[in-house]
Amino acid sequence: MGFDVSCMGALRVNKRLAGQGVSPDTATNTLAEAFAGAATDAAAMGFVLSRLPRTDAPVLWVQDRLSRKEAGRPYLAGIGTKRPLIMVDLSRAADVLWAMEDGLRCRALGAVVGEIWGDPPALDFTATKRLAIRAEAADVPCWLIRRAGTANLSAARDRWRIAAMPSAAHPYDAQAPGQPRWSLDLFRSRRAKPGQWVGQYDRAADHLDLSAPVRDGALATGDGAAGQRAAG
Amino acid sequence: MERWQRVMERQGNAPPDDIPLVLACEGHHGPVVHAANRMARQNGIHPGARVVDMRAICPELQVEYADPAGDIAALDRLVLWARRWCPWTVRDGTDGLILDTTGSDHLLGGEAAMLVEMETQLSLLGLTAQLAVAPTWGAAWALARFGPVRSISGPDDVAIKLGALPVKALRLDANTVLLLRRLGLKTIGAVMDVPRLSLIRRFVKAGLEANPLMRLDQALGKLAEPVASVDAKPRFIVQSRLAEPIFDPTPYLPELCENLCAALNQAGMGCRSLHLTVYKTDGDISHVDVATSAPTRDPEHLHGLFRDKVDRINPGFGFDLITLAAGGVEDIKITQGHLDGGSDDDLHLTRLVDRLSARFGARAVTRPVLRESHIPERAEGQLAALAEPTQMPAPTPKERPLRLFDHPEEVRVLYAVPEGPPAQFVWRRQTHRVTRYAGPERIAPEWWKDRPGTRLRDYFKVENQIGLRIWLYREGLHEDGRGGDPRWFVHGCFA
Repeated sequence: MGFDVSCMGALRVNKRLAGQGVSPDTATNTLAEAFAGAATDAAAMGFVLSRLPRTDAPVLWVQDRLSRKEAGRPYLAGIGTKRPLIMVDLSRAADVLWAMEDGLRCRALGAVVGEIWGDPPALDFTATKRLAIRAEAADVPCWLIRRAGTANLSAARDRWRIAAMPSAAHPYDAQAPGQPRWSLDLFRSRRAKPGQWVGQYDRAADHLDLSAPVRDGALATGDGAAGQRAAG
Repeated sequence: MERWQRVMERQGNAPPDDIPLVLACEGHHGPVVHAANRMARQNGIHPGARVVDMRAICPELQVEYADPAGDIAALDRLVLWARRWCPWTVRDGTDGLILDTTGSDHLLGGEAAMLVEMETQLSLLGLTAQLAVAPTWGAAWALARFGPVRSISGPDDVAIKLGALPVKALRLDANTVLLLRRLGLKTIGAVMDVPRLSLIRRFVKAGLEANPLMRLDQALGKLAEPVASVDAKPRFIVQSRLAEPIFDPTPYLPELCENLCAALNQAGMGCRSLHLTVYKTDGDISHVDVATSAPTRDPEHLHGLFRDKVDRINPGFGFDLITLAAGGVEDIKITQGHLDGGSDDDLHLTRLVDRLSARFGARAVTRPVLRESHIPERAEGQLAALAEPTQMPAPTPKERPLRLFDHPEEVRVLYAVPEGPPAQFVWRRQTHRVTRYAGPERIAPEWWKDRPGTRLRDYFKVENQIGLRIWLYREGLHEDGRGGDPRWFVHGCFA
């Protein structure tokens, strides 16, 4: 029995995702949702940052009040100053959706990221559909980070569930946490096969390594085959 | 001094006239007197002296701080106000106005009557003025400050009138005045009597400020010194008068915006803010203001900024006059669009920021920048969304969390050794067991900013049993003499 753990860079993942696309005209940049495992878990944000395009175009970052109070605000010293951030602090989820939609009319942005707490009534299928269509029309990646929310009906093309995992070993210090590792669960996707991975992020190289999860000695049968579900 | 007095009177806390009072500004050796009121001048206090010396002369002296920048701004406004008498006016230094009244004095009944009129009008503003009419800038400067009251001199007698004045009246710097006094030349007349050739020889290399001959030529009109008038900024305002009162200005807005933008276009300018005012039938007015992040004159964009704002107008019994005024008017360059018909990305970004700020307020849309500080919450500042930071300091090489809490959250901690990392902590009613940690990273308080007694922080990056990586710190040390036992706070989360 082969021990099949494949490692690949972010670029190769992109190719894989594109290769399995449902329709050939699917835009590369679209709406994706990332559900954070715990409310205070910054893994979802780290994953979103690692998947943003590598340009120096400004990123529009829209936050509602509860996300800011409960999970903190993005901290520039930790994110890095490569891309300028335009922060928009709002109080209601409906305003967050309005600002994101307005931001997606602007092609000069590198990405639009929104953070929404819980399941507000404004965040329904229509709202996500509008966001997805606008993101595809403008070809700007749009990420919705959801905390303390349930994965109900949504038109997001990719839906991820992301949680922190115990980090990799530190190369020089046995008791220190090393490179962060995340459990990535693509549980619904329009254009790729859903699957689960373990991501290990190298901050210095801005590089995300994905590998299939190995659980308790049970071997991964195929790349991302575990927990496979029908594509939405 | 008088401007300060007016401001204080308006605020209702003007001091009485019989208290000696001076305005001070910073000098090389402590504050110096900038201006003094009448009582202080009677006590022998003169501008330019040090405040401590003058306190010795007059112990009951009150000292307030002067506002030289505000004075200059007020004087600039006065320059435009003085256009009522003649079309060419300009500010002269920090305390004077020059009016080119050539050809406009007869409108006010001659030069003498004009000076009386000017002094009356200025005194109505609460300002005293020393006025003089002379054929040149330099002569007017000298006669206004050192000559008789309201002196008038024509081209013929200007040399005679100037001759009696001290050499200080030639607008020379202090060193040159001292030099001339040491040479025995105390009046301008004495300088005029010196042969021209020897003055040229003595001051051949001196600049204008230190050259009595050039200053003399300027005062006598042999050297040109024109009055370069400044223009008032044009005002762009459009209005629409309505036949009968209405309650909703929305149908009139597109036309108003178009008219305003046409006027701006003709002048080659753009505006940064718009002020919509409605005049109600009961005499009340109501405003709505919007601002843009870059100067613009696009009617559709400006109209769009008002979309959600006109609801906030309280129409009362209706209004019959709407005005739209442009603020922050400045030149804009016309940039050529792409030849392939593509759109300008920067333009779209500024418009996006305008729309967001118009809807959510300018404070909701910010741009974080790094600041020069080791304290994490001070290492980040906020600018307006499209402001370019002057210089960003290099990010710290230490690892910093992705998210930071606005207010650090206190946690209860169990530790093995007092100075060491936590073993377990309770945060938001959940128990986190520390499996791995890195640190401590000690950040000392900034003594030049913090209150005395602020405790140092030891930061740890800890990882709990399920893999959350948290940044927490211990505030202070045991028995550091700055309060009781140290407290622990969670400050951020790593990816």
